[in-house]
Amino acid sequence: MPPRPYTPKVLTANALLEGDVVWLAADGHWTRRMEDAALIEDEASAELHLLDAHARAHEVVGPYLAEAKRGPKGPEPTHFREAFRTRGPSNYPHGKQEGR
Amino acid sequence: MYRYSEFDESFVRSRVAQFRGQVARRIDGSLTEDEFKPLRLMNGLYLQLHAYMLRVAIPYGTLDSAQMRQLAMIADRWDKGYGHFTTRQNIQFNWPKLADVPDMLDALADVGMHAIQTSGNTIRNVTADHFAGAAAGEVADPRPVAELIRQWSTDHPEFQFLPRKFKVAVTGHPDDRAVTAAHDIGLRLVERAGVPGATVLVGGGLGRTPMIGKVLADFVPLADLLPYLEAVVAVYNLLGRRDNKYKARIKITVHETGIEEIRAQVEAEFAARKPLFSGVDQEMLAAITAQFAPPVFEPEAEGDYETWRAADPVFRAFTDTNVTAHRAPGYAILTVSLKAHGATPGDCSSAQMRVLADLAERYAHDELRISHEQNVILPHLPKRHLKAVHDALLAAGLATANVGLVSDIIACPGMDYCALATARSIPVAQGIALRFEELRLEHEIGPLKIKISGCINACGHHHVGHIGILGLDRAGVESYQITLGGDGGPDAVIGERTGPGFAYDQIIPAIERILRAYLALREGRHETFLDAWRRLGMEPFKAALYDKEEARADAA
Repeated sequence: MPPRPYTPKVLTANALLEGDVVWLAADGHWTRRMEDAALIEDEASAELHLLDAHARAHEVVGPYLAEAKRGPKGPEPTHFREAFRTRGPSNYPHGKQEGR
Repeated sequence: MYRYSEFDESFVRSRVAQFRGQVARRIDGSLTEDEFKPLRLMNGLYLQLHAYMLRVAIPYGTLDSAQMRQLAMIADRWDKGYGHFTTRQNIQFNWPKLADVPDMLDALADVGMHAIQTSGNTIRNVTADHFAGAAAGEVADPRPVAELIRQWSTDHPEFQFLPRKFKVAVTGHPDDRAVTAAHDIGLRLVERAGVPGATVLVGGGLGRTPMIGKVLADFVPLADLLPYLEAVVAVYNLLGRRDNKYKARIKITVHETGIEEIRAQVEAEFAARKPLFSGVDQEMLAAITAQFAPPVFEPEAEGDYETWRAADPVFRAFTDTNVTAHRAPGYAILTVSLKAHGATPGDCSSAQMRVLADLAERYAHDELRISHEQNVILPHLPKRHLKAVHDALLAAGLATANVGLVSDIIACPGMDYCALATARSIPVAQGIALRFEELRLEHEIGPLKIKISGCINACGHHHVGHIGILGLDRAGVESYQITLGGDGGPDAVIGERTGPGFAYDQIIPAIERILRAYLALREGRHETFLDAWRRLGMEPFKAALYDKEEARADAA
């Protein structure tokens, strides 16, 4: 079976101290807003970024590459799980939606 | 109530101090996450979808008012003002910061609580009948046995790295409110010829391979129980699979090895271990049992209860639904529902925790229980105080008269919180509760257990729900499978799948179709949903669920 073609991704994790969801921005900092994340459109740099994130374990926990697409304001999730991570739970206005 | 000894206190304090150092080393970078993760899990600290989560043990679901108030304080000081009570009789805090967790654990230790062994491949929080020591018809109070098991299993050096997590439940009542058949070990306390003992079930569990526990020993005298349990866990520790986590639970070991062979190995292990116990466990059990002596019940506890019931229909409806018969004359067991219509099942605000603590302290011998059904119980309440308690609960938004009805739903946190979940549970539970409140059908439908899990791990016990709902990810969309006819009682049974799943916006109408079919098909109000399902089988409910969809497909 041929390998599946690479699709755009964002690099995401949880912040070490708060556990809050974070994404890797183009300048290398961890952002709390997915719109500010870097959309990684080639596989080689995605793998490099993931390796780098694992090496930054003093900042984040559990980094992984998540499917995303380009949106008008920046990267957007393509799966509902990642969409929940951009806002927080649906039963209270907690998490990222808090204070929006 | 069991009170921590000096040994317990110093053990828990030393664990908190140890963990404080581990957290500091994780933050300063001298521990990697790979090194830290097993350490944090040993202390109940998970990383969930949006934040860390601290799972706190409430052994056999028993609390006093000081402990409940401390949970409220923790919720306010280090979380978002609420806690979530779970099917394991634990409480989970959903938003702690890593650096605060040692302080939270110290605050728990101040009231004899901890988070040890609420995670990891070890013997977890021991659960028990939430009406223990109070229910009419009880054979024996299961809590002394549960406490003995807790003391034996906590930091037991042989059982810290089992093939998988290991769950024990104890009941002392024929009604089995502890769902013992769905646990790795289920203990049913019985008495034979005046000798107290237990029927030991093994290999029950839900998850991706649901199984009902098998009787390993019809009767084990209490005098032999601990060495016998140790033999069971030791055999599992040796035989249990470590090559595949999905096949690692003892239910798979029992299934693959056979109950007869397991029994033979346990008997051999028991014979070898029993002499090592030398009776000290029985001394401990006697000391623990003395601490669980029942309160001194009031002789004139009934008061004007019947007069109030006759005069106030709201109070009557509340007591009809939420009160269970107590073994002492004039007393009630009151279940306080944490399932107000539209609320998150099992969630309790810090203000509500304080109200419950105050009520327990003032009126109910200072005892509270957490049920596996995610409610709070005042187990020893003189009926003469029920009106005052009801009034206070009304003011706190805790007087929902729905215990055992459609909206008294078990729901796991699902994808709103849990990193393992594949779909949401909470909004489905909220939607069902609100829909049947709107229809005003809840009391007409009568006793019904709906249980919802947001993934195949079945933390919401959906397999043993009369109506079970399992949320899954189907091609990137939330989808919900329904099972019918499950039961977690003494004759426990796994529910049967109805057929294809339903989309998120279709699951509540689907549940409504099932229950409308039940109302049309039942022989009268006396026939519960579960009884009707047992009489009628799957077909009429399946027809009610799917006919409309098939007709629509045919028309397309």
